[in-house]
Amino acid sequence: MTAIAEKPSTGGSLFRRPRATTGPASWFTTVDHKKIGILYFFTAMFFFLVGGLEALLIRIHLAGPNSSVLTYDQYNQLFTMHGLTMIFFVVMPLGSAFMNYLLPLQIGARDVAFPRLNGFSYWVFLAAGIFTYSSLFLGGMPDGGWFGYAPLSLLGGDPIGQTVGTAGAEMSRMIFYSIGLQIAGIASLASAINFIVTTFNMRAPGMTLLRMPVFTWMTLVVAFLLLFALPIIGVALWQLMFDGAFGANFFRPSAGGDPILWQHMFWLFGHPEVYILILPAFGIVSEVLPTFSRKPLFGYTAVVFSGIAIGFMGWGVWAHHMFAVGLGPVANAAFGLTTMFIAVPTGIKIFNWMGTMWGGKLRFPTPMLFAIGLVSLFTIGGLSGVTHGVVPHDYQQTDTYYVVAHFHYVLFGGALMGFFSGAYYWFPKVTGKFMNDKLGKLHFWIFFVGMNLTFGPMHIVGLNGMPRRTATYPEGMGWELMNRIETAGALLLAVGVLVYLYNLATSLRGPKTAGADPWDARTLEWLTSSPPPAHNFDEIPIVQERDEAWFRKYGSTHEGEPEKVPAGASQDHRHEPGQDHAADVPAEAAEPDPAHHEPVGESGGHAAIHMPDPSWYPLIVAAGMPIGGWGVIFDSTILIALGGLVIFGGIAGWVLEPSAEETH
Amino acid sequence: MRAGRPRRSGLIGWALLAVAMLLLAGCANADLPQDALSPEGPVARQQDQLWDIVYPIAIGVFVFVQLGLLVVMWRFRSRGDDTAIPHQLHGNTKLELLWTIIPALILAIIAVPTTRTIFALADEPDDALQVRVIGKQFWWEFEYTGEEGQGVVTANELHIPTGRPVFLSMEALSPQIPDSVVPGEESDERNPQSLDGVIHSFWVPKLAGKQDVVPGHVRTMYIEADNPGRYEGQCAEFCGIGHAVMRFEVVAHDPGDFEEWLTAQAEPAFDGQSGLAAQGKELFETAGCIACHAINGYETSGGGAAGVRVGPNLTHFASRSIFAGGLFDNSDAEQLAAWLRDPQSVKQGAQMPNLGLSEEQIEALVAYLQSLK
Amino acid sequence: MADVTAATEAHSDAGGTGEHHTSMGLSNNKMGMWALIGSECLFFGALISTYLMYLDRTNGGPGPEIFDIPFTSVSTFILLMSSLSMVLALAAIQEGDMRKFRTWTLGTALLGSTFLAGQFYEFTVFVAEGMKLDTSPFSSAFFVLTSFHGFHVAFGILMLVSLWAMSLSGRVKPVVHAPLVENIGLYWHFVDIVWIVIFTVVYLIPAG
Repeated sequence: MTAIAEKPSTGGSLFRRPRATTGPASWFTTVDHKKIGILYFFTAMFFFLVGGLEALLIRIHLAGPNSSVLTYDQYNQLFTMHGLTMIFFVVMPLGSAFMNYLLPLQIGARDVAFPRLNGFSYWVFLAAGIFTYSSLFLGGMPDGGWFGYAPLSLLGGDPIGQTVGTAGAEMSRMIFYSIGLQIAGIASLASAINFIVTTFNMRAPGMTLLRMPVFTWMTLVVAFLLLFALPIIGVALWQLMFDGAFGANFFRPSAGGDPILWQHMFWLFGHPEVYILILPAFGIVSEVLPTFSRKPLFGYTAVVFSGIAIGFMGWGVWAHHMFAVGLGPVANAAFGLTTMFIAVPTGIKIFNWMGTMWGGKLRFPTPMLFAIGLVSLFTIGGLSGVTHGVVPHDYQQTDTYYVVAHFHYVLFGGALMGFFSGAYYWFPKVTGKFMNDKLGKLHFWIFFVGMNLTFGPMHIVGLNGMPRRTATYPEGMGWELMNRIETAGALLLAVGVLVYLYNLATSLRGPKTAGADPWDARTLEWLTSSPPPAHNFDEIPIVQERDEAWFRKYGSTHEGEPEKVPAGASQDHRHEPGQDHAADVPAEAAEPDPAHHEPVGESGGHAAIHMPDPSWYPLIVAAGMPIGGWGVIFDSTILIALGGLVIFGGIAGWVLEPSAEETH
Repeated sequence: MRAGRPRRSGLIGWALLAVAMLLLAGCANADLPQDALSPEGPVARQQDQLWDIVYPIAIGVFVFVQLGLLVVMWRFRSRGDDTAIPHQLHGNTKLELLWTIIPALILAIIAVPTTRTIFALADEPDDALQVRVIGKQFWWEFEYTGEEGQGVVTANELHIPTGRPVFLSMEALSPQIPDSVVPGEESDERNPQSLDGVIHSFWVPKLAGKQDVVPGHVRTMYIEADNPGRYEGQCAEFCGIGHAVMRFEVVAHDPGDFEEWLTAQAEPAFDGQSGLAAQGKELFETAGCIACHAINGYETSGGGAAGVRVGPNLTHFASRSIFAGGLFDNSDAEQLAAWLRDPQSVKQGAQMPNLGLSEEQIEALVAYLQSLK
Repeated sequence: MADVTAATEAHSDAGGTGEHHTSMGLSNNKMGMWALIGSECLFFGALISTYLMYLDRTNGGPGPEIFDIPFTSVSTFILLMSSLSMVLALAAIQEGDMRKFRTWTLGTALLGSTFLAGQFYEFTVFVAEGMKLDTSPFSSAFFVLTSFHGFHVAFGILMLVSLWAMSLSGRVKPVVHAPLVENIGLYWHFVDIVWIVIFTVVYLIPAG
């Protein structure tokens, strides 16, 4: 601290570099990937409740024909925000939560490559969420669908009203969408760069690429998808913002712009986005199934390379969202074929997961149930996906509830089931405590039944001709019964969420009984204590095998009958399971050591480990972004300038902030 | 605590789910007005035939995977006292090849008829009836552009002959400007946004799948009906606040009946109103309706015509059975009156302004509209 | 904006803790910069594609014939020269010659600023000739693409000036901070190369 006073040349620092790694303030300044992961998780869960509430309102409204629970305008806002929330503020950040927490642990690193950038990603994501939802109080939420098709997204849902902004400079409410998603994109882009560099550069000795856990692999694939997909949507949103706020002509047909350009750019991002959402869940399942089958993942290389193949093929299918746009028979035939054949690598994963369970000794605690639930439900979504590839029949399916059913089986039955599997599986690692397994199973069965009740009938009602995004439907169409069942299912899902939240709240207060390796698992994160110390590993493990943790317990994982190693190398971590670790010691108790202010090497044999200092600047830079965004909407140069000032001031502070070695 | 057993009740659940999925095959129900699995014309039928190929295959794979999961879960469940570690099998190349190649072959089987049908549907049939379709927020306009019935304009109801393909040239226009205005040629004084239409999608499930209607482009498609009847359809691309109520109907007639209908529609509007209807006729001009609506043959007090096409053409309004995006019954004077009283309150997002008509005026206008057979 | 932070992160981490051992042998900062550049390629790719699509949609307003090729050739040449001076700046700090380093760094920033000034002048000329942002899809695509690039140049200049100032105060040290300069140089060269592509695709091909 004194170091700063001694160095007037670093006077750019508005704040003293914070030291505390515990206490409420530490959550605002943290650069610890584990804490950031936890922040991501709880923020995403909050938005999950918001998005779920929106879905419930939609379902209650649609329970009967000619319903007047909501106005059409409210309905349009709700379905738009439900989609935006679930995709950008729930499933993507849940992926980030797991990637953040697990990636460094799984490759045997102490943190990610750019810790402050990591904190920055989180705060920018939160800023994007706050900005987008601020629309609720500033003239109405976006009402043009998550796909934001121009020119509707420029006009607003109702051509004679419903705009935001100031008099004389009114604009469509979708301006909140275009700016909010740009901010969210910055967060994801920063994460993508961070995860790519971390995965390539920070691996423990011996952790070759083909020894990495599948979850790490999927993280890497997702990071590359983000890296290349986000610029495309970024440009499209940028252009939409220029059209909506500054009178440019990219997507205005009356001024020569082409609305189909928006669709191409949106879906060129939008389809890889689907894999961005689902691949982390695939990674989680590829960790959970082997653990509870007590077998290695069947066909590791095939699973990894099919994941990469999905990543590549995901770029060649975007126009299957546009079959009815009229791109011509050649384009439709080509994209129909690619759409069908992307089922092949997906199928490879499904069969390999079944192969993993084959011949194993299956245990069925909650995480395993959710993982198997994913395999089962995702298969349904995958199969309806193949039927979309049958282009002429897709002319019938598209924009009906059949599609809604399809992507909820993929995103709810796939991504969310996977994330809940992971949430139960790694809960002991993160907290040192167990989730209640009975409640967990109750949660699973409520979700499994509720999900099929909610989304199963949507297949039927869609094929019976009910279009999606319709705020009401008339009597006598034969849709009443199915819609009522769907609403009942949605209410059931709400009960499931409550069970989970209750379980989470009570389990968090439970005893620390989990130990380092409660599931007899296979990957590196289970070698360190639960919860892991701030520096993750006292000694960076030397990796010799793909399932290193298992190998240390049971010897060779090569073909053959393994035998338990009596004194496994898992003993090499200092902190016994359940014991408090350094980060749990209150800040006051941890005497600030002038040499290493984070004293972790309290026992001999380990040199002190420098962890990056906390910092306020990621939060500050992120805070500038929504300010600038509101400036654009309210046509206020002052706000835009203020936002820019905060951002650039924050960056300056960030650059000039003394790092650990300069402060002592 | 951690070890569980697979549940028998779970098995039943899975089996029920499988049955439910099989029932999907039977969910085609020709009685439902918009059932996409009950084709009533050749275009929809070609599309449906592909479903009949892909659906059994999908169900087959579904049953295989779900049953496989159940078998594996049951057969390899851990029994309480067995602590031996299972054989640590890492994979099997032959199996990997097998479950790569077999799905690829199955998909190839689906791909061949799919591709063939895509191109078949793109072929131009001969002797099609030509109709221009205009999508506006939130209703459809149909204009007959071929030699037959040239100049006939209807709204919300598309009449076609049976057994003959109908070629639709479709555009999306702004609901606030006349059809004749070409975007880009207007002066800058107008709010530029009002020039833009938005994307709609034309969908009559029993006759054909969807075709999006995109502003700035002309999109084309064919439809054809086998038998006379009314086929319900609606806009299938989200187009704003009134998207859900942008409905319409295709009315198929025997060719002879169709000719008759078309000839009648080509006539100018009935002009011999008396009493209340005659008052309504006057109000049509004085209350402002004429600013947006066309009535062929209508003569204004100044000797002019009523030819503005912002809202629907009302020449033969009373010959239609639905109005306002297919939302209301045309023959019901009450519904018509409610619409004239306050359009937005009965159809959210409706673009027709509330003209602040008195009850007497409304009554007269209803009488006039109902005289326009 | 994302590039802003990534570059700064690279900046400060290299400035603070120097180079660590990494699995791939390439420093984190450099790999991060390469990843960012990969992403930027798609940013510019999408913008250039839009421009090409709207090349003939001028709404009766000015089209590509409005470009002053000789003028832009000169400013392109200036920007290219800035890449050369960037290389010299890097060589200087690697040799530990801070005086030379400061000269070349400032020179690079100055050349970049000249380019920006030229772009600004060009914009005012176009606006005066009736090509504004909202004239046509062509004009929208042109202005958004070139100003997006201009923003990148401006940010590069900001980084260079910061380098210069920090070397004066001793925060940027000879040799030690060569990797940092190299990384910023990487960014600068990328922005230059993108301009070559823009100059060719946007100015030369349509006009020729």
